[in-house]
Amino acid sequence: MIVTVTHYLVLAAVLFSLSVAGIFINRKNVILLLMCIELMLLAVNFNFITFSRMLGDELGQIFVFFILTVAAAESAIGLAILVVLFRTRQSINVEELNSLKG
Amino acid sequence: MEGIYLAIVLAPLIAAITVGLFGNQVGRAGAHWITILGVGISFALSLFVLKGIVFDGVPVFNETIYRWATVGDLSMEIGFLIDHLTALMIAVVTFVSLTVHIYTIGYMHDDDGYQRFFSYISLFTFAMLMLVMSNNFLQLFFGWEAVGVVSYLLIGFWFKRETAIFANMKAFLVNRVGDFGFLLGIATILMFTGSLDYYQVFALAGNLSEETIQIFPGTEWSVLSLACICLFVGAMGKSAQMPLHVWLPDSMEGPTPISALIHAATMVTAGIFMVARMSPLFEYSQTALSVVLVIGATTAIFTGLLGIVQQDIKRVVAYSTLSQLGYMTVALGASAYAASIFHLMTHAFFKALLFLAAGSVIIALHHEQDIRKMGGLKKYMPITYWTALIGTLALVGFPGFSGFFSKDALIEVVHLSTTPGAHYAYWCVLLGVFVTALYSFRMFFIVFHGEERIDPHAKKTLKESPAVITVPLIMLAVPSVLIGWFTIGPVLFGEFFNDSIFVLQDPGVVAQLGQEFHGPLTFIAHAATSSVTLYMVLAGALTAWFLYLKRPDLPGRFRERFALFYKVLDNKYYFDWFNEIVISKNIRLLASLFWRIGDEVLIDGIVVNGTAQTIRLFSRLIRTLQSGYLYHYAFAMIIGLAVILGWLVFSY
Amino acid sequence: MANIPTLSILIWFPIAAGILILALGSTEKGVRLGKIVALVASTATFILSLQLYSGFDIDTSNMQFIERFQWITHFNAYYHVGLDGISLPLVLLTTFLTPLVVIAGWEVIELRPSQYFAAFLFLEGMMIGVFSSLDGLLFYVFWEAMLIPMFIIIGVWGGERRIYATVKFFLYTFLGSVFMLVALIYMYLQAGTYEITSFHELPLNMREQTLIFFALLLAFAVKVPMWPVHTWLPDAHVEAPTGGSVMLAAVLLKMGGYGFVRFSLPITPDASQYFAGLMISLSLIAIIYISFVALAQQDMKKLIAYSSIAHMGFVTLGFFVVFVIAENAMGGEGARLALQGGMVQMISHGLISGALFLCVGVMYDRLHSRQIDAYGGLANTMPKFAALMVFFALANAGLPGTSGFVGEFLVILGSFQASIWLAFLAATILILGAAYTLWLVKRVVFGEVGNEGVASLQDIGPREYFMLVVLAIAVLFLGVWPAPLMDLMEQTLGHLLEHVSQSKL
Repeated sequence: MIVTVTHYLVLAAVLFSLSVAGIFINRKNVILLLMCIELMLLAVNFNFITFSRMLGDELGQIFVFFILTVAAAESAIGLAILVVLFRTRQSINVEELNSLKG
Repeated sequence: MEGIYLAIVLAPLIAAITVGLFGNQVGRAGAHWITILGVGISFALSLFVLKGIVFDGVPVFNETIYRWATVGDLSMEIGFLIDHLTALMIAVVTFVSLTVHIYTIGYMHDDDGYQRFFSYISLFTFAMLMLVMSNNFLQLFFGWEAVGVVSYLLIGFWFKRETAIFANMKAFLVNRVGDFGFLLGIATILMFTGSLDYYQVFALAGNLSEETIQIFPGTEWSVLSLACICLFVGAMGKSAQMPLHVWLPDSMEGPTPISALIHAATMVTAGIFMVARMSPLFEYSQTALSVVLVIGATTAIFTGLLGIVQQDIKRVVAYSTLSQLGYMTVALGASAYAASIFHLMTHAFFKALLFLAAGSVIIALHHEQDIRKMGGLKKYMPITYWTALIGTLALVGFPGFSGFFSKDALIEVVHLSTTPGAHYAYWCVLLGVFVTALYSFRMFFIVFHGEERIDPHAKKTLKESPAVITVPLIMLAVPSVLIGWFTIGPVLFGEFFNDSIFVLQDPGVVAQLGQEFHGPLTFIAHAATSSVTLYMVLAGALTAWFLYLKRPDLPGRFRERFALFYKVLDNKYYFDWFNEIVISKNIRLLASLFWRIGDEVLIDGIVVNGTAQTIRLFSRLIRTLQSGYLYHYAFAMIIGLAVILGWLVFSY
Repeated sequence: MANIPTLSILIWFPIAAGILILALGSTEKGVRLGKIVALVASTATFILSLQLYSGFDIDTSNMQFIERFQWITHFNAYYHVGLDGISLPLVLLTTFLTPLVVIAGWEVIELRPSQYFAAFLFLEGMMIGVFSSLDGLLFYVFWEAMLIPMFIIIGVWGGERRIYATVKFFLYTFLGSVFMLVALIYMYLQAGTYEITSFHELPLNMREQTLIFFALLLAFAVKVPMWPVHTWLPDAHVEAPTGGSVMLAAVLLKMGGYGFVRFSLPITPDASQYFAGLMISLSLIAIIYISFVALAQQDMKKLIAYSSIAHMGFVTLGFFVVFVIAENAMGGEGARLALQGGMVQMISHGLISGALFLCVGVMYDRLHSRQIDAYGGLANTMPKFAALMVFFALANAGLPGTSGFVGEFLVILGSFQASIWLAFLAATILILGAAYTLWLVKRVVFGEVGNEGVASLQDIGPREYFMLVVLAIAVLFLGVWPAPLMDLMEQTLGHLLEHVSQSKL
């Protein structure tokens, strides 16, 4: 079986959909939300690498490095927010985090 | 001469301002000396002016003092017009004002508002002089309203009395109804002549008589009739003609000196003066003259009847004033302006005298005004008694007294008049003579003769009033007797008013009567032999004597027999009832209706706050979309992205 | 003289003084100093504005004291200010009243006094800016910026329902002025400049004129205020502090009237002509209907507020009846009478209603009530005040010899030339105006002492006496001799009338 570009794209799409579903279906834990966002970024990265390879352009892979860096920083900040959130509200249950309700 | 005219006007004004602003500094004595000095200067100069005009042939003065404002080509100015009419008026006004100033020293002796009162009456004198000396409609309107305001302040002088402050508001508002018409009259004149100056307007009056204006679509009205009737509405307010007379009896709530000055001698005659001044306009409108005639006649008789049932001494005199103003108005309507002004002059003296005499009685009885608590005052107050008798005789028109000359001449010219409605007016004024004699002598007998019904407490201190009160009475009594003798010839039948009054008909009714005039004595003889007036006077006096001195039980029986008639008179033909219950109450109802329904419910409730409510409702619906859950927002984003992408992909 | 930018100083000096007061801080010493700065600055502004009066040339209708600098190059907007016979009297009115308002708040304001006085100085500068701007954009900026200090004045120092009142005031006026902005931008796009004078010459067809007319109308009608967009005024007046009411009634309302003569009439003469009937009807409704409403009021400030609306009805009546008179072509000076009458009425109403609000303020400071029932028999305990109050009340009722008479008189004379019925309906103010003012006087000033509160009242002190007497003199002066005021406007209004009578179609 030859692995074509399509396979990569399908895999990326599946990963992306999984993460989206994770965001919607998960009602319990904010950590899961963060993980899903990371997963989403990975799916994007996947696409970048695939096209970079296909088109023979390294720019895409440079982008991936940027995204990885940003994602790392982002999850660090996200986790920090989570810790503060837990301290103030004693919970990280998503259902209870609706202060922005109109 | 301009300096003199200015001084006449400004002397009382300066006195009024000084006393008004620095009342505490100048003190009581200072207050009356300053104001009397001011009015005294005015009076002396007025006499000088009158002498100059009458004997020395000083030409008519008609000049501008200063420019009030300019609008385009229309220049509005303040200026004086001094002719015979004005000269006569200022002399009468300042003379009565002077006597009232002196009288006030005694009458207001114990009052806290002493300085304030003097300031007001001086201010009034100023306003009245501005009115009569004006040479244009603007200044006329200024004086017109200014005298109204001072009258407002003076009626409410005792501002603690609920009745007084009701009366002054009523007076002002009723006058404002008149002024409303007056202003429209001025507007009419300005529109068709393009000027506010008397002489310029009068010069155009002849041309104007052909002009018409559409008030209702399809009907043409004579411009002059419209203007004159509108102006006369103003006169009806100020000179208290039916149905705008309701304020005058109530105005008796004010102190007596001002009842004499303002509500008898001067301000209320402003309407008469104004119509006489406007004679060049009124002459060209038969309709307007008819209206004037009929309203005057109605007022003359019907208000006189009310005088018979009044129990308040001042109100009797007030109704008599109304009735006499009706007489003057009738004469105006009959084109006998000179007769009207003549009666105005004599009336100013004897009516001021009667008021001041009434005031003298009131003050002697410690502010008792009910004639049922008087009686037999003759022996206690001889000077007041004799002067009041002179006033009464003059009022009823007893031969030889000033009122006789003016009233008899007035009735005669109405008889000669051909103005539509003159017949009705003649009967009214003729019957009015009887009524006048009846109420005048009724009051006179009840107060000064007959049984003493005085409050025992007041009786202890009862004595003749001091000199400051009796001297003005005497000062007024003299012209009340004599003025007719000297003036009937020159003023009424002579060429006195030729420069100020215009009569279209030639010879006019006054001139027709004048042809038969050969001196005052023959005038009296003529009246005694061939006129019914004298018999009416005697009949009235005798009836009064019989009913109130001889058989005092009779009036009570009449009252029972003609209960309905009395009830109507007691309620003054229900004018007050109509104004207060029907008009005033409904206006207040309408007012709160407009406010509560119109403003609060319709505009504020439905439109303004309704908009706010709708927006609030809408946003309440919308805000449920903001669940606050992150995943809802994320989902919305994804869906939105998908929709936009889909749209982009499929549309291209 | 020519080199000193008097007008700019007039606009920016009060604002600078306001900033200085804020900078002085809220310490006791800072407040004391701040008050003095406020009084000195506002008085100096007034004296400076007298320079304008003496330097003003009444023989020309051109703009005078012009200053013009590039402002926003990209939009071709200029900082362009100048005065003519329409705006000068209004500027003088503003500078005349501000010191009085400062005096009125001198001892009375206890909450954040520095900020209070600073707000009034800001307001003064911006109002002068509104009246003197000759550039549409600049005008709009001042027009809107002026809302801020007023919003704060009502919202911070107001009565119990101040938040409701101030928001209502803000939204009402803002709604109107947004449409004005649209109209201004449209005209900018057409003319390529924001110069108001070039707007005057802008050829516009009937459809454009109609749209612009209504856009401007919304802005100005709310400010005047005309029926039926008037309901913000009673609320704002009732809740505003005394000084706020005075400024609101005396000057802010005039911005609406000023807008009509500066923008609506000359820019859209044909639309104004076409809709004159509508405008006259609205004015007459304001005069009669609102007078009735005033009669029913129990709250003194509301009563005076409604009386303001009725009197401002005369202003709009005077401005728009011009078109009907022109149609009748009776000749005479009817149109001029009406137009001048409207202008005089604005100035006079500024003085009289300002004075009446000060009177109510004097009473409110003592008994803390605005209800008519809470008073009665003031003449017994406060004779000096009673005399002044009666005087202003009579002036409000249009007594000849006071300024209140001049405007009404001229407008009635003028509108008679349009139609007798117009004059008839307008003249009812003689009766109705007297009815509500005198009834107020009867219930408040006259009578027996109403209650213990009234019995314990002190008569007005020198500070209050001074501010009321100054106003009384002004009212009397303009009534006895209005020529100095009317001569200022004569040429400008004549020119305006000429301009308006030429159709743009």
